[in-house]
Amino acid sequence: MSTSPFPSGPIQALRGHALVLPGDDIDTDRIIPARYLKCVTFDGLVDGVFADDRAERAGDHPFDRPEQRGASILVVNRNFGCGSSREHAPQALMRWGIRAVIGESFAEIFFGNCLALGIPCLTADHDAVLALQAAIAADPGTVLQLDLDPPRVTLSGDGSSRVWPLGLPAGPARMLVSGEWNGTAQLVAHDNELRATVARLPYMAGFT
Amino acid sequence: MSAGTLYDKVWELHRVADLPGGATQLFIGLHLIHEVTSPQAFAALHDLGLAVRHPERTVATVDHIVPTTSQARPFADSLAEEMLATLEANCATHGITLHGLGSGRQGIVHVIAPELGLTQPGMTVACGDSHTSTHGAFGAIAFGIGTSQVRDVLASQSLAMGKLKVRRIRVEGELQSGVFAKDLVLHIIRRLGVKGGVGYAYEFAGPAIEALSMEERMTLCNMAIEGGARCGYINPDAVTFAYLKGRPHAPTGEAWERAVAWWSGLASDADAVFDDEVVFDAAAIAPTVTWGITPGQGIGVDETVPTLEQTEADERPIAEEAYRYMDLSPGAPIEGLPVDVCFIGSCTNGRLSDLRAAAAIARGRHVAVGIKAFVVPGSEQVAAAAEAEGLDAVFREAGFEWREPGCSMCLAMNPDRLEGRQISASSSNRNFKGRQGSASGRTLLMSPAMVAAAAVSGHVADVRRLLAIPTNPEPAATSA
Repeated sequence: MSTSPFPSGPIQALRGHALVLPGDDIDTDRIIPARYLKCVTFDGLVDGVFADDRAERAGDHPFDRPEQRGASILVVNRNFGCGSSREHAPQALMRWGIRAVIGESFAEIFFGNCLALGIPCLTADHDAVLALQAAIAADPGTVLQLDLDPPRVTLSGDGSSRVWPLGLPAGPARMLVSGEWNGTAQLVAHDNELRATVARLPYMAGFT
Repeated sequence: MSAGTLYDKVWELHRVADLPGGATQLFIGLHLIHEVTSPQAFAALHDLGLAVRHPERTVATVDHIVPTTSQARPFADSLAEEMLATLEANCATHGITLHGLGSGRQGIVHVIAPELGLTQPGMTVACGDSHTSTHGAFGAIAFGIGTSQVRDVLASQSLAMGKLKVRRIRVEGELQSGVFAKDLVLHIIRRLGVKGGVGYAYEFAGPAIEALSMEERMTLCNMAIEGGARCGYINPDAVTFAYLKGRPHAPTGEAWERAVAWWSGLASDADAVFDDEVVFDAAAIAPTVTWGITPGQGIGVDETVPTLEQTEADERPIAEEAYRYMDLSPGAPIEGLPVDVCFIGSCTNGRLSDLRAAAAIARGRHVAVGIKAFVVPGSEQVAAAAEAEGLDAVFREAGFEWREPGCSMCLAMNPDRLEGRQISASSSNRNFKGRQGSASGRTLLMSPAMVAAAAVSGHVADVRRLLAIPTNPEPAATSA
């Protein structure tokens, strides 16, 4: 588990060890089973990260392997984070130490929940994800350099380095790089525009 | 890019501002909250020193953690009690209406907002729950959000959102007898996949959709998210208006006439442009059952578990994982598979028409020996209406337990859960590994009538057979 601080401010690049979690359609119930949602703060969520999968694999789960301890970049496959909208899933991953996720595709709500925490979810095509996962598996100690502008990952080792271009939609990329990914203040600031919107919605006045 | 769709119109009406990051600031007309995903949002609001911008546009209830046997306070589970107490305190502090236990209006959030007339056509609806897509049944643009976004809606009554593409799913023809909206949506997800809808809003249209009741439309839109589509919707029509009229929050008198005119104008234009279109034939759909660990792994009840050869190459790894987890063999029939627990309820299928369809199967029959079967109405109003027409007695006489309203075993954040390797026949929405509260528990998703059929048969059964045969008032296979 990482002791590094939670994301804050502009996020332009990250450096860290990677953790490969293979499989398509990994849903948020698996990332954190519902029983761990019985809480009124996110503080204690780390115990729930993949709790059932880890118990089933009795120490052989990627989140339990000693060589993966301290990893901050999670590499997954397709449709990661589908299902329940629970922000507890990225909150738990963040508390475990994850600071970025690379995968072939992400469920939308999960992507947005990660963005709101300053955790970029970057995409790569099928073959690139498999190649990246294979390269990490071959050398779990390797360090990944993740850049958001332009989005790419660089894997260095044995005196050589490989670079994979990554995908990140322009809006989220700008928000992360500028540090405006936590946009509550921005929304609150548009109160005049909000009033104008309310004025053109007849249901807000009960259709009177 | 889509144009002239309901989605486009509602989006433009609710656009507050374009944000520097490229997202749109979208006004949220109705914000629904519950005890699981709101406490941290209120705490964050407090930390930021912000007030709730439109407390009258947020409505709360308690559903996920409530026990369905006794709802006496304090709950036996102190964590559940703390969550409800926190919701009560937050609602009191910020002047938010809470439809609490015993109010007559409590229930699953996606059941109560429609039945109170809170959900209306042309609104944007957000809730910290992925099944918020349910409200699209009214021609609302409704989507699930995370807790940080709940905080944003509380603070600003708006969200930073990216616009989706729109796929029209046209369903021609008529659903056959014994085939329900649940079967239709399981079939659609089977065909388009659990990630087929990522990046899209789904517009459900066509004769088979127009023929659906509002409750059936809610079942359909509820599971849009299981197909990857964050929202699904149906254009408002006479069925929508008839459902809404007279509901507590529906407009009345001249306001009603103005509302109907406004709502009608929001429907997708005849020449609307869609990013994509898919057509289904309702008549070709059989009662559908999931056999695997994603809602897309469904088959007709008369089919067999697909073999790897019958499975797309990129779906084979998860099919193999599903064979192992479900302990099912490729090529095995699903009909006749023994079940242990039968659950009727949830935001997908916990409404009055669902209970009626299940009761029609249960009436005059009895739950098979060794099966635990229970019915959880979706709300206090559903419970009262069902009891008024004697459905509770039908279920009890048939050996089902009749419970108090809540989310129950859909997600098992309460005492209702599977144990060990139990298999459930469930009218809920997710068959993910561990979803129903046991890390090795197994879930077969199906319609409420199919769950009732499984309960009285002791195994997965084709409800069409039970509908065709006369019921025996003294069935041979009864249990105490």
